[in-house]
Amino acid sequence: MADPQSWDWETREKKIPLDAWKTEYRWVEEPYASPDGEKVAAVVNVDEGEFTVCVNGEAWGETVFDKIWHLRFSPDGRLTALVNEMGEWTMAIDGEAWENKFGYIWEPHYSADGSGIAAAVQQDMQYAMVLNGEPWETMFANMTYFALSPDGRHTAGAVQVVDVDSGEIHKFQEGTFTAALDGNAWDTRFVNVWNLAISPDGVHLAAEVRLNLYDYTIAVDGVPWDARYQTVWAPVFHPLTGGVVAPVREKGAWTLAQDGKPLWKRTFVQLWQQMFSPDGQRIAAIVAPKYGRWTVAVDGEPWPATFGKLVTDAVFSPDGRKVAALAKDGETFRVVVDGQPWSDAWDMAWKPVFGPDGKDVVAKVEKDHRYTYSLNNRVWRGTADAAWDPVFSPDGTRLLLRTVESGQYVRRVVPVSEMAG
Amino acid sequence: MAEPSKQEKTAVVDDGIDVGVSRLTEEKIQSVINSVIDNETGVRLKTYVETCIHCGLCSEACHYYLSHDKDPHYSPVGKVKQTIWEMIRKKGRVSPEFIRQAAIIAHTQCNLCKRCAQYCPFGIDIAYMMSIVRRIIHRLGVTPLYIQDTAHSHSVTMNQMWVKGDEWPDTLQWQEEEAQAEIPDLRIPLEKEGADIMYSVIAPEPKFQAQLLYQAAVIMHVAGVDWTMPASVGWDNSDMAMYTGDNEIMGRIKRAHFETAERLKVKKIVMGECGHAFRSVYDMGNRWLGWSMPPFTIVHAIEFYYDLIKAGRIQIARKFKPPVTLHDPCNVVRGAGLGEKARYVAHALCETVIEMYPNREHNYCCCAGGGVINTGPPFKMARVEGNRVKAEQLFETKTKGAEVLIAPCHNCHSGLEDIVHHYEIGLEIKFFSDIIYEVMEKPA
Amino acid sequence: MHSFYNFVSGPLAWIAFLLFIGGSIFRIGRMLVLVAQKEPFIFTYMSWRYSFRSILHWIVPFATVNWRRQPVLTVVTFAFHLCLLAVPVFLLAHAVLWEDSFGIRWWSLPDTLADTLTVIVILGAVFFLVRRITRPEVRFVTSASDYVILAIVSAPFITGFLAYHQWFAYPLMMGLHVLAGDIMLAAIPFTRLSHMIFSPFTRAYMGSEFGKVRHARDW
Ligand code: SF4
Ligand code: SF4
Ligand code: SF4
Repeated sequence: MADPQSWDWETREKKIPLDAWKTEYRWVEEPYASPDGEKVAAVVNVDEGEFTVCVNGEAWGETVFDKIWHLRFSPDGRLTALVNEMGEWTMAIDGEAWENKFGYIWEPHYSADGSGIAAAVQQDMQYAMVLNGEPWETMFANMTYFALSPDGRHTAGAVQVVDVDSGEIHKFQEGTFTAALDGNAWDTRFVNVWNLAISPDGVHLAAEVRLNLYDYTIAVDGVPWDARYQTVWAPVFHPLTGGVVAPVREKGAWTLAQDGKPLWKRTFVQLWQQMFSPDGQRIAAIVAPKYGRWTVAVDGEPWPATFGKLVTDAVFSPDGRKVAALAKDGETFRVVVDGQPWSDAWDMAWKPVFGPDGKDVVAKVEKDHRYTYSLNNRVWRGTADAAWDPVFSPDGTRLLLRTVESGQYVRRVVPVSEMAG
Repeated sequence: MAEPSKQEKTAVVDDGIDVGVSRLTEEKIQSVINSVIDNETGVRLKTYVETCIHCGLCSEACHYYLSHDKDPHYSPVGKVKQTIWEMIRKKGRVSPEFIRQAAIIAHTQCNLCKRCAQYCPFGIDIAYMMSIVRRIIHRLGVTPLYIQDTAHSHSVTMNQMWVKGDEWPDTLQWQEEEAQAEIPDLRIPLEKEGADIMYSVIAPEPKFQAQLLYQAAVIMHVAGVDWTMPASVGWDNSDMAMYTGDNEIMGRIKRAHFETAERLKVKKIVMGECGHAFRSVYDMGNRWLGWSMPPFTIVHAIEFYYDLIKAGRIQIARKFKPPVTLHDPCNVVRGAGLGEKARYVAHALCETVIEMYPNREHNYCCCAGGGVINTGPPFKMARVEGNRVKAEQLFETKTKGAEVLIAPCHNCHSGLEDIVHHYEIGLEIKFFSDIIYEVMEKPA
Repeated sequence: MHSFYNFVSGPLAWIAFLLFIGGSIFRIGRMLVLVAQKEPFIFTYMSWRYSFRSILHWIVPFATVNWRRQPVLTVVTFAFHLCLLAVPVFLLAHAVLWEDSFGIRWWSLPDTLADTLTVIVILGAVFFLVRRITRPEVRFVTSASDYVILAIVSAPFITGFLAYHQWFAYPLMMGLHVLAGDIMLAAIPFTRLSHMIFSPFTRAYMGSEFGKVRHARDW
């Protein structure tokens, strides 16, 4: 990630007019703001079949592409998009297309620091991952799930290594899939391979596997756990020990297992999206303690408060002491911190963001298509036509708010103390 | 492969069933049946079996029974007798041959349409019992080949038709480009986080019926809808695993669908004109995952069009001239009560709407649903001959003047196509979106 | 003979009542426990409103499509079930017993009317028997137990009818009548006659699923 220390935390307000873009181009797609808030960009149509990206009012590099999609800023502030030129696809970064071109490219992945940018590619009906412009040496007949390591240096995919025609059900059931790390496929074959995770050191690969039509387990580096389950969900690596933890279903109920052994004592109607606190000491997961009721469980203990429709976007505070999430009842969302729902309900809310010391929590929220922010259960006075997630300054005293208001992009720095007022 | 003779109609050759049956042992059959019944069923199955008074009043609900000259083998309770009753009575000690027959009955002689539940005085849910049989058949590995292959496709690609990761966004972009020839600034917004609506479809659309995506895009554009489609897995809302009894895969694909909506931060999921997908998203898959109701409001295309027309967001330039009739798909009419809204839409779009009888919740199923059409060519005639009453119903409606048959469900559409063709009824079959696209006001 | 009558109308009747009431409570209790243990999700979908909406449609003759499609059967089945319930409860001779045994008093049917109702039940049973034998779709799913329960249900009425008219040995008939009644009572929770106990629940569940989730009619 580009160092937020170096960002401008002083200027209260910077504006970039957006409306003018509309007169310059045939159409302007939805804008994206850079993490530091200094840039705003959108895919724009120049003429029939001619696209570029408009960044702060300027066209993106020299090249006009035949098609551009999936415009996103990487965490380190580079502007990326999937582009088509002369019938070939690749990724362009800050206007420069990768040298390698492909039949198709999709599902970009960014490592947390932005150093690794990966995507799935297809060339001559063969599939591989591409990382920072370099595709795997080996291509596969099909590839279905993709992963990028936390350090951004390794990629993985669920790949098909035995050809099977549609209709060859029994051949398929013998196992035609496996997983590949950096293009090196495991030797073991599985009926299915889903949801991969690469260890923090980039050496190990874990995945959900189905051994036959009925038995599921987790495989690490091609070796399945001894235990068999009715089904499993995505594994994660312990950030420090390298242990693998996954939700598993036995006798119709879910619990959490580590390396094939039960980890949590109690079971749930549902359990998924488990995550470690940054220090690896605690695990939280989204659970349904009973049918139709949802909440978060931390180290196996569900919050007493449960919600009817959905719980999503759970996140640990940086010190690992708190957990925040979004809960939906009826048609509205609330932010919930450590089981305490905030008072305001919204048409939509975004993943809560903790301040560096874990005391403050802020989330982007929306009602009736007006966007704003809620900090510690108090709503910011401003509203906007569009907004991006808030960012805390490294000392936690200020917030960077990026919005679109009346046709202008606005970059604001607001002291946390002023947010509720 | 021997040609199956006319006399022994049930001796169809299906590699999924045949190979599966050849691998069975009596011990395996017994342990699987008992494990499913003991561990995966409860009070519903028990009460249904014990409460049924063998009165046969459900018989006339079933189009198979009516179409086979009231052959009791095809009555709802008759199918239960030939399958789950025996399994329970014999405590699982049934033969591989019995299992073959059970697979054929549960997979190709019942559409799980639940019409019989409306005719049984006790509301006994025969379709549920047939799903239990299918679960047993799945656990025994005897599922018919075509639908098993589809379930495999779901497991690998999270869609129904082996559509690969690149083919999906590529197809959308191709349709977008096509549509831009008609409406230059039309977009199919991919991965637009925070849009109001995620539009999800079934895999046959990108695979064979890309014009439906085109039409949907035009309708969205004209109505000014803030919508998006995912470029990742989760775009497909269909679900044959639900019908093969592979509940674990059903749950997995539904989770992918709902989590994609979560990721895209949409408020609603609007889905195309498909019945079984609706059932899977609204009624079955969500329950297996622990959601008593889906985490997102699910809007079926019929309701979506109803809302758009009612709110005046699409205008009808000139109504559709040929007289139409409307087929009520079980999964969204008996399954979601959209019958009146379907009529509102039909009347708003068309000059003449001629009702078929029975209709609404009591309409006859198309005989394609419940995964039956997905058992493929070996069983095509089973479903065409199993629905002579549908042909009679359509023919009667045609004599009243109907020329076009609106079938707002993919399976119904294809199933009715076969029936109309086989019985030479001569009705043109359309989706609502075909007609909307034709009659709506579009930017010049 | 007298002691036989005393036995069947005394201790045996008590046992029958006990089995009927205890058995019914047991079966309903067990059903609810099973729901809680294995299919607790069912409770989530239950709705009083839609339960009664469905039950009401089905307990009114000709209020559902299927009742209308089967007019003869509908008339017979409603008459049969109504009389089947009314006669044992409201027959004058029974009312006296009710009062003697439990001290409850209520309105009772005149004997001649009760006699007619009894005949209706017997004719109804004959109708069901004939239907079971002659209709292929019924016959196909018929098992021996179906004839047995038909016999169990009609026996008290046939014997009661014979006793009332004193056509055969009255005391014997009376004893047999009470015995048949005991058997029927006791059999309700433990045979397919339990549809009397369970049908409101199955109907309520289907009614709730149709009303609350499917927004459709289940009749
Ligand atoms: S096809 Fe429909 S009516 Fe026939 S048995 Fe199956 S669910 Fe019942
Ligand atoms: S109508 Fe109901 S009770 Fe009668 S045979 Fe059919 S399922 Fe059984
Ligand atoms: S395919 Fe259509 S008519 Fe047939 S079961 Fe499905 S929704 Fe019903």
